[in-house]
Amino acid sequence: MSNTSGMIHLSAFDLSLAALLVVALALSSVRIYPGLARQLLIAALRTAIQLTLVGLVLKVLFANSDLLWVTLISLAMLFVAGREVMARQHRRFAGRWGYSIGVISMFVSSFAVTLFALLVVVGNEPWYQPQYAIPLLGMLLGNTMTSISLALDRLTQSAWEQRAVIEARLVLGHSAQEAISDIQRQVFRSGLIPIINAMAAAGIVSLPGMMTGQILAGAEPVEAVKYQILIMFLITGGAGFGTMAAVHLAVHRLFDERQRLRLDRLKR
Amino acid sequence: MALFEVSHLSRSGMSDISFSLAASGLVCLSGPSGSGKTLLLRALADLDVSDGRVSLAGTERQQFTPVHWRQQVGFLPAESCWWAPLVGDHFPAGQQALFAELGFGEDVSAWHVERLSSGERQRLALARLLVNQPAVLLLDEPTANLDPVNSKKVEHIVLSYLHTRAAVCLWVTHDVQQMERIADRILVLDGKGLCETAA
Repeated sequence: MSNTSGMIHLSAFDLSLAALLVVALALSSVRIYPGLARQLLIAALRTAIQLTLVGLVLKVLFANSDLLWVTLISLAMLFVAGREVMARQHRRFAGRWGYSIGVISMFVSSFAVTLFALLVVVGNEPWYQPQYAIPLLGMLLGNTMTSISLALDRLTQSAWEQRAVIEARLVLGHSAQEAISDIQRQVFRSGLIPIINAMAAAGIVSLPGMMTGQILAGAEPVEAVKYQILIMFLITGGAGFGTMAAVHLAVHRLFDERQRLRLDRLKR
Repeated sequence: MALFEVSHLSRSGMSDISFSLAASGLVCLSGPSGSGKTLLLRALADLDVSDGRVSLAGTERQQFTPVHWRQQVGFLPAESCWWAPLVGDHFPAGQQALFAELGFGEDVSAWHVERLSSGERQRLALARLLVNQPAVLLLDEPTANLDPVNSKKVEHIVLSYLHTRAAVCLWVTHDVQQMERIADRILVLDGKGLCETAA
């Protein structure tokens, strides 16, 4: 460890001490949960490699503020997040819909909210300065991705399990929208629960990650808090509108033009 | 003129089918398990994708909105499903006359669905369908799980509805005695297709 300008720099040795915790957990879990240890170690390794790479990319990017590069990196982040949304669903839509519902909803919500934050709230010059644009978009995409995948997974699973109830309403002359309205309400709620819980517990039960990171890096606590509040509100807007868009698109796809429930459009 | 006409209807798991139903008629549909009776009813109610022509009173299905079609061509699945805790949540307000007609008291709206007997469930599921006053009833083994007393109650409700509304009914059943009691015509669906036998 070395201390320069209020920030304590971590060495590779410091990080490997922390990594020992993960290794210890993996070793202890081998007997009780076979298979989990491997998953845990691979995930930890991915974290280390991905974050190191992104750190290097950001270093280069921060040095040259170029809109084209910021756009390219943002799109790459979006497409990877879209893949994650798709992978986290037990019964996803077959074909290109399985991928595009997540990507479209995240694009509409996260990109719009990030643009709003950069242009209206932060007001930097140039507005696309990567030091602000990339971390903001990353936080938004990460949280929106979680909400959307939770909601889509619950929606397709509920439609599958409650097919008889949905069709019981359809045969009585209810519209597709009415027939799935109860499920849709629950699904939207389940997508927003993580962010509602995070807001409710912020500062009392937990110190949010970004704020903690800023404070550890030597920032003024009050300034770090202001950024955290900004981020929380942006995330809520992004995740909420993203989930709304994703659920809307998915419900649209679950029924056809004759308002028939089309479970054959889901992967079995 | 036939009220309900089906011409060259086909879908996955079912061969090409044509038939027509005249007003006030009750047609029983029978056939071995897996011959596609439920698939046929689902295709007629427009719940599943199918090819061919289906028309009601001379108007083709595509001319109806899906909601209007399903209100006019009422399908009662073999197992009734309920989405709210109370019976009354499944009916529009002011159905006392209908409940009374089916032998229920005024307090039936406040009954809990989970406490209904199978006979009550089936009669109420039928009542729920009749609220829309459909011109065609598609009933999938509506009395399969009922005792003889409740079965006859359901038969009576359907027959009096067909008579007063000049509606038609396609009733899936395996019960030969029931067919003898209620059927004007009997259609049999087997692996080869649909054929008519003497009632």
